[in-house]
Amino acid sequence: MEHLPILQVVIPLVLAPLCLLLVRQAWLIALVGSVSSLVCATFLLAGILENGSSNYYVGGWEPPWGIALSLDIVGGFIVLLVSLIATLVVAWAHHSIEDEIRDDQVNLFWCMFMLCLTGSFGIVVTGDAFNIFVFLEVSSLSTYTMIALGKDRRALTASFQYLVMGTVGATFILIAVGLLYMMTGTLNMADLAERLPALRDTSTVRAAFAFLTVGVSLKIALFPLHQWLPNAYTFAPSAVTAFLAATATKVSLYVLLRFFYTVFGADFVFDELHVDYLLLPLSLLAIFIASTVAVYQEDLKRILAYSSVAQIGYLTLGIALANSKGLTATIVHMFNHGLIKGGLFLAVGGICLRLGSTRLSDLKGAGRAMPWTMGAIVIGGCSLIGIPLTVGFISKWYLIIAALEAQMWYIAVAIVIASMIAVAYVWRIVETLYFQEGETTFREVPLYMLLPTWILIVLLVWLGVDTDLTVGIAERAAQSLLGIQL
Amino acid sequence: MSWLVHYNYWIVIVLMMIGLYLVMARHILPRKIIGLNVFQTSVFVLFISMGAVNDASAPILAEGITQYANPLPHVLILTAIVVGVSTTSLALALIVRINEAYGTIDEERIHQIDEED
Repeated sequence: MEHLPILQVVIPLVLAPLCLLLVRQAWLIALVGSVSSLVCATFLLAGILENGSSNYYVGGWEPPWGIALSLDIVGGFIVLLVSLIATLVVAWAHHSIEDEIRDDQVNLFWCMFMLCLTGSFGIVVTGDAFNIFVFLEVSSLSTYTMIALGKDRRALTASFQYLVMGTVGATFILIAVGLLYMMTGTLNMADLAERLPALRDTSTVRAAFAFLTVGVSLKIALFPLHQWLPNAYTFAPSAVTAFLAATATKVSLYVLLRFFYTVFGADFVFDELHVDYLLLPLSLLAIFIASTVAVYQEDLKRILAYSSVAQIGYLTLGIALANSKGLTATIVHMFNHGLIKGGLFLAVGGICLRLGSTRLSDLKGAGRAMPWTMGAIVIGGCSLIGIPLTVGFISKWYLIIAALEAQMWYIAVAIVIASMIAVAYVWRIVETLYFQEGETTFREVPLYMLLPTWILIVLLVWLGVDTDLTVGIAERAAQSLLGIQL
Repeated sequence: MSWLVHYNYWIVIVLMMIGLYLVMARHILPRKIIGLNVFQTSVFVLFISMGAVNDASAPILAEGITQYANPLPHVLILTAIVVGVSTTSLALALIVRINEAYGTIDEERIHQIDEED
């Protein structure tokens, strides 16, 4: 049991080359990998909830000599989200990937998927600042490859654009790690947190903070650094879009949370440097501009991609409010948005498989032909808006409470207005699916593809009604990040 | 001339700016990648500079050597170089595929082709 944190990373890492060797069983190997990491993550989170955190020294070498893996509650929560989404996406994707990717590349795809999973877990579990850079690049490089495998040739340019921006972002993080090492002589995050307070007035530490914030913001696609996201989500294979939209930005956001709260400390970030002054307007711009742009898109995947940019705005808004309720809202929304976007993009992937297109003009009246898939889209859409009884409502409820607690009532008003814009783009989808006449000769997708989609949809309704589980964990996570004793 | 003492950091800044400028301003894709490489190299120089110790030798165990440079940044940069090489090779592979699909490696031309579709 004590080896769970490293197993989380090692299982997918070892299975990745196996996918290369066993060409025909690649999908099965990926499924085994993601299911076992889900089991691992469940035990890990249970252990963390009991003990408060989990520390592991790789190879038995204690820091400062060895590399420590350290996980707090947020980390355990994110690992659970990533492995849950990975399991459902892999179970769902068997047919979809064979349809969208050339036969001789299918096993290579699964190899990349396993590496991406390795990288994502690695970023979260590690307690070493340089490791974050390395794992970030492991997951990014495999992501670029997976995006480039999309059917449309624009997938190639989307992947290239993401590669350039992602590499600049990762290199910024590397610069920040270098500057921090220069000042403190350590890469261990716990040691960094100990030694930084004495050095916080130096321009080197402040430069490191700036490089880090910009670099990570590029990876989480915070407005206006989001240009890579819409194309990447639109042209990547459906399974990749579902996985990325649900997990990639959350993992990067976790890096930001970790550095903001545990390494630099909330008082430095908010009271001294006032990052919230910058983060707040950018989040609001993200929410309003991206939601508005989403209304005018002609492609279902692209609507959801822009909606993702807007949702990232909600995530950073919670951080920018700089109180514990806001942080709770961010953490709970990281999980909730993962469920929503995962479910939506899986449903969209089903459409892609049957129709070969996700343009709204091709989807007229499709709601009658594929009732289950389209039903999933409608419920997911409601959750994006934030209608009560769905998880989207819970996230927005906590955000509004946090805004009122920070005595910024205009933020609460802005959240409500932004939800109205979300109504507009979701209604456009619903109207096309149900109220327009069109070809409806295609069939519903098979049951094994509906099942993962509906597991997510049921989860997002269930967790929208019974909020104790997610909100409870998020509250504890926020308190542990802020250093409030329970 | 006190600001020249740390001339290696000035080189880092100049290289970094040249690299970022190339990434943003060039629209022939391989040139962007060259810019990205220059940018990454500047960071390598930054790391190596900070491991340096005045009048010290390389971190090799040998007789008569008491002062040696901090080897940890070297190790980190070895890793970062590997990452940089794989990023470059992936980018070049993508450019080859883009050239096959579009018949050009000029970003502006690619945008034109995409808009015509």
